[in-house]
Amino acid sequence: MWDYNDKVKEHFLNPRNIGELPDANAIGHTGSLRCGDAMTLYMKVETIDSEERITDASFQTFGCASAIATASMLTEMIKGKTLAEAETLTNQDIVDALGGLPAPKIHCSVMGAEALEAAIANYRGEEPPGHDDEDRIICACFEVSEKTIRDAVWESNLTTVEQVTNHTKAGGACGQCKPDIARIIGEVLEEKAQALCDIEPESERDRKIGRLIAEVIAPQLTGHGGGLQLVAIDGDRVVVRLKGACQMCSNNQGTINDFVQQKLRDEIDEKITVEVGG
Amino acid sequence: MEHIVYLDNNATTMVAPEVFEAMLPYFSERYGNPSSLHSFGGNVARDIEQARARVAHLIGAHPEEIVFTGCGTESDSTAIRSALDQLPDKRHIITSAVEHPAILGLCGYLQKRGYQVTYLQIDEIGQIDLDELRETITDNTAIVSIMHANNESGIVFPLHEIAEIVKEKGCLFHTDAVQSTGKLPLDMSQTPVDFLSMSGHKLHAPKGIGGLFVRRGTPYTPLLIGGHQESDKRAGTENVTAMIGFGKAAELAAADLPREGFKLQAMRDRLQDGLLTRCKDVLVNGAASPRLPNTLSVSFGYVEGESIVLLLDEQGICVSTGSACSSGSLDISHVVKCLGVPSTHAHGTIRFSLSRYTTDDEIDYALEHMERIIDRLRALSPFGRE
Repeated sequence: MWDYNDKVKEHFLNPRNIGELPDANAIGHTGSLRCGDAMTLYMKVETIDSEERITDASFQTFGCASAIATASMLTEMIKGKTLAEAETLTNQDIVDALGGLPAPKIHCSVMGAEALEAAIANYRGEEPPGHDDEDRIICACFEVSEKTIRDAVWESNLTTVEQVTNHTKAGGACGQCKPDIARIIGEVLEEKAQALCDIEPESERDRKIGRLIAEVIAPQLTGHGGGLQLVAIDGDRVVVRLKGACQMCSNNQGTINDFVQQKLRDEIDEKITVEVGG
Repeated sequence: MEHIVYLDNNATTMVAPEVFEAMLPYFSERYGNPSSLHSFGGNVARDIEQARARVAHLIGAHPEEIVFTGCGTESDSTAIRSALDQLPDKRHIITSAVEHPAILGLCGYLQKRGYQVTYLQIDEIGQIDLDELRETITDNTAIVSIMHANNESGIVFPLHEIAEIVKEKGCLFHTDAVQSTGKLPLDMSQTPVDFLSMSGHKLHAPKGIGGLFVRRGTPYTPLLIGGHQESDKRAGTENVTAMIGFGKAAELAAADLPREGFKLQAMRDRLQDGLLTRCKDVLVNGAASPRLPNTLSVSFGYVEGESIVLLLDEQGICVSTGSACSSGSLDISHVVKCLGVPSTHAHGTIRFSLSRYTTDDEIDYALEHMERIIDRLRALSPFGRE
């Protein structure tokens, strides 16, 4: 059955928690018939010991096998969690719980995360997140906005148009918006590089160092709960500050030498040395 | 393997037992090269000519008008590129918006090389406008390529009328008849087609063999150039076993035409009626046009095609979907789009395609499971409730 693993198949063939939840007090909807997939998430949130907890959840999905499996898995994951815990769930967490999804189906997990966000907003009486007035539709076929694409590029460390299509479906039909998507990726990566640098780049080489850290190095470290900030560039000396789990890690010097410094040497200049400071 | 209910015969077909039988000796004792001077090879050349005559007979052509190719795509490419090569001053091609990717992909490529391509759109019943076709042909048009029957919807275009219009205008005409060969009567002695593409594996021959009808006297440039095989029309050592298989398959198809078509159509209509009775919110695509007798394209509202296909797969039933979620693209297929299927139904498009091996029991089995699967997916869907 296509490229799905056994866990995805199992959730597709035997979905958990289906249908409306009669006493739901948090409902989130995302997607549309025209786009080919849509999901409604129902949650019952109760305050127990002064904590808001999701005591029950169910879903309705219109979509392919992975859209159904994703929704089923999501309801299993959030049941019993506090709202605060549920809020930290990302689409990647759903993908991981399913043991992986084929790349063109990643957008199904994004739909799950969006439905969860919308349901939480609904519970709190807030507007569902998504299109604000100034947000521009980039992909007309699937009604994907600039903000959605920006957020996906930023949060999921995307660097190619294909990855954006897999995540958001944008560009997956007529493809006319692909140049726009490429432009947005460029802008976000530039912003990201700036956010990860304490310094203004003075040369094209500085800029390249910043981009490499933002696009390749930092995402690898954030994937393990760590992080890295560029503090200064002085000739071939690159000074960085470690963040998150990397600060406490006993092997962080190994990470600096074997990964950060090696990557910069391979990609930019063999003479570069990396040290921790700031 | 458990019993497979194969209702995806527009994708490919089972090799007929008679075809398999006919091919076997050419895998073993009759391995000679048909180009050899000795009789061991020469006998194989004679057998190939018999196969060619059988294919020719199926479409009312002369044997020397049949070129064996590797597949339907090669036949399409050969015809169009031959026309462009023979008419270097003409830079315009006319085709339809619902062609197979073998044509659309090539046309897209040619557009990038500076050719102008007109894609004729279809109307609400799935037909092209013949007046528009007539008006679109200019002195700059090198070739018109319009399919005979559509692989997804089964809709049949009026081949004879189209061919007459194109020839009236003095233009070359190619038709991709991959889906209709062996299913609908074709007679090249009556229909003024210049090139016609066929594919063996759609009519119970093996994969890897195609055919191209090239009318006698049509200016022609081969796609593959080298040796003298296929009367200099397609170089390369012959795929002997597959040619023999194609010949046998053509003979079987010709023997059963059009009787088999009536039988298939009755079975297809029973499937169609059964679905309409058992499931709500079902649209039959192309019902107002002539259709291939074996093909049924239906769109189910509020459910998605991939889910239907995979749940049928669990029951051993093979079909395909025009909601392209499972075919790499994220969008509905270009054919479903052109047919104007409403957005509530477009993503739930399923194609059933039958063959002479389909049984009444299999239709019943498919109907029973379709009803269950649609009910199950509708229960899951947030849409389509009163």
